Amino acid sequence: MSSKRQRKKLGGEHLQRVIDLCKSVEERGLDPFIVDVDDIIAVVREYFPEWELPEEFCLDAEAIHRLASVIKLQSDWVKHRSTSLYTDPFLLEEKIRRLGKEELARLFLKVWHPIVELEQISPHSLNEAIKYWQSLLPLSERWLKTAFSKMETGTVTPEELIKQRILAETAFSEELETFWEELKRKVGKEGKIRYWDFVGADEYSETLRRAYMTSFLVTYGYATLEVHRLEEEIFIKPYEKPISFLGKKQLISIPISISVEEWRKWKEGKGD
Amino acid sequence: MKRKAYYVRKIKRAAHLLFYRRHKKPGVKGWELKRRLGSDYPKVLGIMDSYLEKLDLQIKTVFEEEKPTEKPTLEQLDKARFYVTLRGGLTPKETKFCGWRIDDIAGLAISISYIISKKGKAPREEVEDLLRNKLPGWRVDINMNRYIRSGYLAEDENRQLYLDWRTRAEVDQKALVDLLLGIEG
Repeated sequence: MSSKRQRKKLGGEHLQRVIDLCKSVEERGLDPFIVDVDDIIAVVREYFPEWELPEEFCLDAEAIHRLASVIKLQSDWVKHRSTSLYTDPFLLEEKIRRLGKEELARLFLKVWHPIVELEQISPHSLNEAIKYWQSLLPLSERWLKTAFSKMETGTVTPEELIKQRILAETAFSEELETFWEELKRKVGKEGKIRYWDFVGADEYSETLRRAYMTSFLVTYGYATLEVHRLEEEIFIKPYEKPISFLGKKQLISIPISISVEEWRKWKEGKGD
Repeated sequence: MKRKAYYVRKIKRAAHLLFYRRHKKPGVKGWELKRRLGSDYPKVLGIMDSYLEKLDLQIKTVFEEEKPTEKPTLEQLDKARFYVTLRGGLTPKETKFCGWRIDDIAGLAISISYIISKKGKAPREEVEDLLRNKLPGWRVDINMNRYIRSGYLAEDENRQLYLDWRTRAEVDQKALVDLLLGIEG
């Protein structure tokens, strides 16, 4: 029994050494061929039947994972040697050490083609900046100290909080689900609807609220956006069931402007 | 005539997009050009490139992955980044006007070629040691930070240096290595 425990301990130490070796190759840019892959696989295979506990399997998996990274480095090395950019590092280092500063700079100037870009303010942005400056209040007015007045403490009822829009009448999740149902009803057979046709409302404030709710529908996986860049059109498509994207793929943000101008344009277009 | 006017208009628009920086980094992505100029943007850029040749400028395409050996596909072009760069080289005198001293350029050349020789990744310490051979110690750190800040080099949390976006856009890496190896002695 004790010999089994000892063997496990030895196996664990072996695997830890393998992990450390692979890690140092990866992180310090050492030659990946100092790792003998066959040898390590033999070690991993030898101790594998001993493992019983989850943490022992985790150690085993980490060793394999690190080894796979080293194999990738070895493969990259072979690929690089087969490209035209491959040069013997020692030879190149030797050349660099021997060359003088002036000669090196002269050589580099032959292959250096700097990016050309302009930095210039346009009359339009100058005009915008002047307008902004004129409408900007002096700091003394913007940083006015708030005057405090003494008030008696009191209580407030939930109805009053709802009236002041601090509390919602329904829970947010409930409201979101209702909104989702509305989207599903509106998309019809096509399965999607133009973004503005869904969020647009007669009042601008209501449009803002609907856009805000729609952003949650997309973030929480109740719906998705279909962006047609060329046509500059965005569609919203509901899912049948909410989908969780956490950890599955990279999430991206799509900024959509809900300005008054955009809203007016949509309203006018709707009337046509 | 109509056709000519069409391309003149598109070239003007392309020039505005390419010369003025619109994002944190200069240059424009292919898909962005496609949206603004239409799907024939590679042709527009081709015509613009021949105009720029007279001014010793060029349109440089930097692909997301390695440069394709054959004619790039539309998808590869859409993902690529386009810049306007100098077609020829600068003279040592001209570099002074751009704020680069000869030491800075030599240091950059050493760093880039050393990283290339090390398969695109080298420890910062090693590169700095190499620079210390030719530059005063106090300049080495300043220069290295400048190369990183300008986008020529990138450094990771393990103090490994890589070639960054600006080197890929501005430096002909193969020609640099060939020139260095071709030096006698």
